[in-house]
Amino acid sequence: MKPAPFTYHDPETVDEAIALLGQHEDAKLLAGGQSLMPMLNMRFVVPDHVVDLNGVAGLAGIIDAGDALEIGAMTRQRDLMRDAAVGAKAPIIPEALEFVGHFQTRNRGTIGGSLCHLDPAAEQPCLMAVYDAVLTVQGPDGAREVPFAEWPLAYMIPSIGPDELLTRVRVPSWAVGHGYGFAEFARRHGDFAIVSAAALLEITGGSISRAAIAIGGADVRPIRLEEAETALVGQAANAESFKAAGEMARKIDAISDAYVSSAYRQRLAATMVERALVKAGSRAGGSA
Amino acid sequence: MAETRDIEVTVNGESHTATVETRTSLGDFLRQGLGKTGTHMGCEHGVCGACTVLVDGEAVRSCLMLAVQANGHEIITIEGLADADGTLSPLQEAFWENHGLQCGFCTPGMLTSLTAFLKENPDPSEREVREAISGNICRCTGYQGIVDAALSAAKTMREG
Repeated sequence: MKPAPFTYHDPETVDEAIALLGQHEDAKLLAGGQSLMPMLNMRFVVPDHVVDLNGVAGLAGIIDAGDALEIGAMTRQRDLMRDAAVGAKAPIIPEALEFVGHFQTRNRGTIGGSLCHLDPAAEQPCLMAVYDAVLTVQGPDGAREVPFAEWPLAYMIPSIGPDELLTRVRVPSWAVGHGYGFAEFARRHGDFAIVSAAALLEITGGSISRAAIAIGGADVRPIRLEEAETALVGQAANAESFKAAGEMARKIDAISDAYVSSAYRQRLAATMVERALVKAGSRAGGSA
Repeated sequence: MAETRDIEVTVNGESHTATVETRTSLGDFLRQGLGKTGTHMGCEHGVCGACTVLVDGEAVRSCLMLAVQANGHEIITIEGLADADGTLSPLQEAFWENHGLQCGFCTPGMLTSLTAFLKENPDPSEREVREAISGNICRCTGYQGIVDAALSAAKTMREG
């Protein structure tokens, strides 16, 4: 229950961090440590090098860029929950973060750490999916942008090279007064979700003009329920349309494990999508 | 040869310099390096909450932070909650009065977590208290005494 020996590095700049990743073969990046530290303690991972990002300048912080929020990868979950701009522009983020671990782990845990760890049942990847956020990854040859749809390559494997670093995410803003809802089912509060759903809605004159729905925990990566999104646009925002949209989640690909069957996950996905949409519908302001 | 670093930390108001192995957790350093055995190491993977300490005022798991990461920071452990003359904090007093502990293993994490929680939430509901300690596992009390103690301490502190 103690980490095996490793060489510890604490770079102060992004360039230094990337250079270290280039020099050392078996290196792990340490962000908030709420996933990596347990794995080190249990020796599930035994890296030769640990590169600690906590002292790297410029990786944490939230910038309101008008049409989007620019969130530094080392921004802690606690700071996202407390931030006024996030609360005003993307209120689904603090709502969903309430489900991430416990307040003691949110004090350390970072958005970038969660997105790189990429547990399929984690809340932050699900949020990035619903927004189709754009991730900025920096490597020795400069920066590149990855839309979230292309971020997960496979189960817990993000599209990032061994010498690259996630530096920030760009969360595009929805219309002022948009509806939002996050719903999750887990055995205990703070556990990873069995299934979670995030929904965003814009409602004009009582009918839905824009919809986004993401489901976490069901498949090996968060998925978008595009069929339901398309079907909802133009419909009245009411219990019937939300239920019908939820029913479409019964057809998604869902994984089976020792505890939960895929059929159960599909049923749960339908319920969570419906609940998230009902919440979103009740909150959509403007001309609803 | 194990890799080490020199660190300087303030623990319960007292400054300490030490040489630590870089893989040592903050919790193990507090216990073995500084002899502050009030912090309890339970699961050592961030689930049980017994090792919770305050780092710059925020409750964190000391098993999920390296000692070297605490360099330059201010730590409060359970030993730092009472006054220097031994007068218990209102929260500690309330734990005593409401039977908020039995074996005492989870108590350091409960007290540090609730100290931080009550500072931010001076008038919490029972549900909010239960959620605040949902990351702290107690196998003796059934939590009832702990929840009562937190609510009672909040009331005492509000009434000043």
